[in-house]
Amino acid sequence: MALLSIRGLRVEYRTSRGTVAAIPEFSLEIGAGESFGLVGESGCGKSTLIMAIMGYMGRNGSVPRGQIIFEGQDLVTASPEALRKLRGGRIAIVYQEPATALNPSMTIGAQLMEVPIAHTGASRAEARARTAQVLLDVHLPDPDSVMRRYPHQLSGGQKQRVVIAMALLANPALLLLDEPTTGLDVTVEATVLDLLNELRQKYGTALFYISHNLGVIAQVCDRIGVMYAGKLVEDAPAADLFANPCHPYTRGLLASLPRPGADKRSHPLVAISGVVPSAGRAPESCGFLTRCPYAQPGLCDKAVVPLRDTGGAHLVRCARWQDLPAEQVAAAPGPQAAVAGRTDIVMDAHDVSRVFPVGRRKLLANDRLNMAAQRGHVLAVVGESGSGKSTFAKVLAGLDSATGGSLRIMGDDVAKIPVRRRTAKQVAAVQMVFQNPDGTLNPSHPVGWPLARSLRKFGIATSKADIEARVTALLDMVRLPSSLRHALPRQLSGGQKQRIAIARAFAGNPELLVADEPVSALDVSVQAAVINLLLRIQAEQGTTLVFISHDLGLVRYLADEVVVMYLGQVMEAGPVAAIFEPPYHPYTEALLSAVPVPDPSIKTKRIRLQGEIPSPLNVPAGCRFATRCPRKLGAVCDTTPPPKRDNRDGHIIHCHIPLEQLAQTEPVFRHV
Amino acid sequence: MIRYTLRRVAEMLITLLVASFLVFLVTEFSPGNVARKTLGAFALQEQVDLLYEKLHLNDPLMVRYVRWAGVLTGLQADPLQDPALKLDFKDPRGDRYFGNFGYSALFKAPVNDVLWDRLGNTALLAGIAFAVIVPLSLLLGVLAGMRVGSTLDRVVSTISIVMTSVPEFALGVILVAIFVVWLKLLPGTSPLKTNSGWPIWTQLLLPVSVLALYDAGYVARIVRASMAEVMAKPYVRTAVLKGLPWRQVILRHALRNAMIAPFTVILLQINWLIGGVVVTELVFAYPGFGRMLLDASLFGDVSLIEAATLIALFVATATQLISDIGYRLLDPQARR
Repeated sequence: MALLSIRGLRVEYRTSRGTVAAIPEFSLEIGAGESFGLVGESGCGKSTLIMAIMGYMGRNGSVPRGQIIFEGQDLVTASPEALRKLRGGRIAIVYQEPATALNPSMTIGAQLMEVPIAHTGASRAEARARTAQVLLDVHLPDPDSVMRRYPHQLSGGQKQRVVIAMALLANPALLLLDEPTTGLDVTVEATVLDLLNELRQKYGTALFYISHNLGVIAQVCDRIGVMYAGKLVEDAPAADLFANPCHPYTRGLLASLPRPGADKRSHPLVAISGVVPSAGRAPESCGFLTRCPYAQPGLCDKAVVPLRDTGGAHLVRCARWQDLPAEQVAAAPGPQAAVAGRTDIVMDAHDVSRVFPVGRRKLLANDRLNMAAQRGHVLAVVGESGSGKSTFAKVLAGLDSATGGSLRIMGDDVAKIPVRRRTAKQVAAVQMVFQNPDGTLNPSHPVGWPLARSLRKFGIATSKADIEARVTALLDMVRLPSSLRHALPRQLSGGQKQRIAIARAFAGNPELLVADEPVSALDVSVQAAVINLLLRIQAEQGTTLVFISHDLGLVRYLADEVVVMYLGQVMEAGPVAAIFEPPYHPYTEALLSAVPVPDPSIKTKRIRLQGEIPSPLNVPAGCRFATRCPRKLGAVCDTTPPPKRDNRDGHIIHCHIPLEQLAQTEPVFRHV
Repeated sequence: MIRYTLRRVAEMLITLLVASFLVFLVTEFSPGNVARKTLGAFALQEQVDLLYEKLHLNDPLMVRYVRWAGVLTGLQADPLQDPALKLDFKDPRGDRYFGNFGYSALFKAPVNDVLWDRLGNTALLAGIAFAVIVPLSLLLGVLAGMRVGSTLDRVVSTISIVMTSVPEFALGVILVAIFVVWLKLLPGTSPLKTNSGWPIWTQLLLPVSVLALYDAGYVARIVRASMAEVMAKPYVRTAVLKGLPWRQVILRHALRNAMIAPFTVILLQINWLIGGVVVTELVFAYPGFGRMLLDASLFGDVSLIEAATLIALFVATATQLISDIGYRLLDPQARR
């Protein structure tokens, strides 16, 4: 018998506009010890489902129909006391943002020990011993010290380990995981995913993992379900789903992810058109109807499409699944190669340093950075949080000033010139797109306002009519209707807001666009659409793009040149193809190994970095990476800064290991 | 934490020093002449001039401030008590002691004889009111904020806003109309004297009720807002989905975090209760500190005003100190 059996579940929310069904009808079974992943964009009802299982839907949520049978007990009709015993006991949950999931004013120990005390009636001493044991299991060394600390004294990865430990304390039969690695660094994400796999073996816990990231799901789950508009549209063993996706939505999700090894010229991303309908607004027959490229009138919009077995435990809810073409429709060719023949340098950083004095000590945010961007190229800057990427972006834009070195943009050295003292031309030349579009648009101005303002400030247009026309053109450029200019930011979706941010950045015809994690807050399909848009405008206008990201899959896809940073210094730099193949810098190798690949047919070499990135206040004397390097040679790495080794085509690696030896490294990705 | 406390105490002393200078400055520049105020309206101009001379009131401002501060701290004898002036000002404590606030022109007595009785009366009223306001508003605020949108929440929120919007004097008049005029259960004035035939506790009942009703609504609303905010936090969800009983979710997880914001507001009520309840004191003829300060101001009793202002300032800085230290104890992120 299944551990968890959801039958005909309907979840409704009361809103000011009446009752809407966030989940119209949902059925699913998960066996004991199984690892099931559920994917779908935001708004598809994944979190609603998880919270319905936990019986936590707030005052306006209700389950008018259906059952959630867990270990023979119906959770929908369970008494509050029975539900309380199950929560945190037999069913536990790991949350998306560990920073907010922990109580800021209680020590870690006190928060964890509550679980065994509430569920197993353990004494304080027993609870303490059990907690210490589980903290060791989640690889937090020195549990006693961790238990005495408060959440703000731990790093993001450590907090997520604490939340996982909290979930495991009562030895649950089912562990619900709500995007547990979103917001974590890729290297931290990889260790958390390893941990989940390890704990699953050790504890025999069934996993129910929800995420919008197919790559992450592929690392952990045996079986994958795809959810759209509150319904399960496909359900298959993991390998089968990736090899043979049957539902157009699943295909769309896969096509919006960069393929391993592919770039913008060979395999352009294909975004799913349109947006997820709001709860209760999806068509009855097939929820995906309005966005589906294969929808056939008269067939897809008539009867409610059932979930059919295609054989081999592969279920799909599509009326036309047998008629779909074998391969994804070939997409339009991607943007052409960067403007050839011209090699003028738009941005040239020479020994750029940004040192913050902290008392008598020095915080080295950027330490003698060297990099250059050619006209029309995409230069990607990658590295973990704390590597100094964003500080460099701020120096570029003049939001911060360098303390040393020179930074030539269009020939002018602006390293020490803050944006207030830059000329209008210099300001217009460098524009930024930020990570979080919510925070960058003024909530009380319509979205056309920042566009018009940029046009006026940079002297692009002066007369009212001219500005109006330009704003319309800008909105058209980012594929937004011009009527949207009067909308307030809160009326826009995340993707639309980011389009506005891009339009604003292009308003002054910039030479250099600095994009700091511009899509990491967006859903995959929206991400694909925004990236496509950004690259198209960038190629059309011949703008140089500095793309800051921790997503190496995306970087492989869109970059021409890559700079890998660690603790304020450049570790490796060169053309994109050279970076993703041996010889690697050991740090690059570890970053690549941490990338969750959405394809089970590709095996990744497993390299995990131990410990945390050192404090920039107290950097290692020799190679910055020496304290965590898995290929450290010996004392020389600790004492002597590594030499710069030139490979070819401008590919450089800062490492004590000779190039020949680095070149013999086995590639990180391997097809099987 | 100890270092922080010491630093804050030092800062508080500096604040008081600066404030004392400002208080001196303001009262010195108030209209009228100190000698005239001391002697009263019927004194001859010659007498006033003589006193003016003797008190060295022509000296520069800083010199006079240092002299005033010297008298206050007991480093210097109070010049007004000099028998040569024939003012007949006598203070049983002598003319040189710490905390010598001078002589009240209004009450014809040393300030220390007038001030502390009044402050004691107000402290009694404020203490009882505070002891009612804090538990009442915490309880109502927490219960309402715990389940936002529940019937209890709506009832508490409505009553709070009504009570806060009715001014103190109106509230006083309404209560007097009901309990004094109509039911004849309580005395209409509260002079804190037993010869009126009403026991002291009956005299306190109405003023305390006015203060409590007026202020508890305000504090309860602050507590409710903070509690409601905390209840929506993910860590409260974590606590619920950990399988903790509701009581523990509230008491262990929500309450402490919900207290951080209202803590400062609650302590600010002490300042208001000590110096700002003039209206209530007037309505009930209560011999309190606020009313004394008002009388002193209207009369131009410089010494008394200075003394009362300094004490109100001391109370304000002391509560600020307590609230800053308490804030750090409640919120581990503010420590470090």
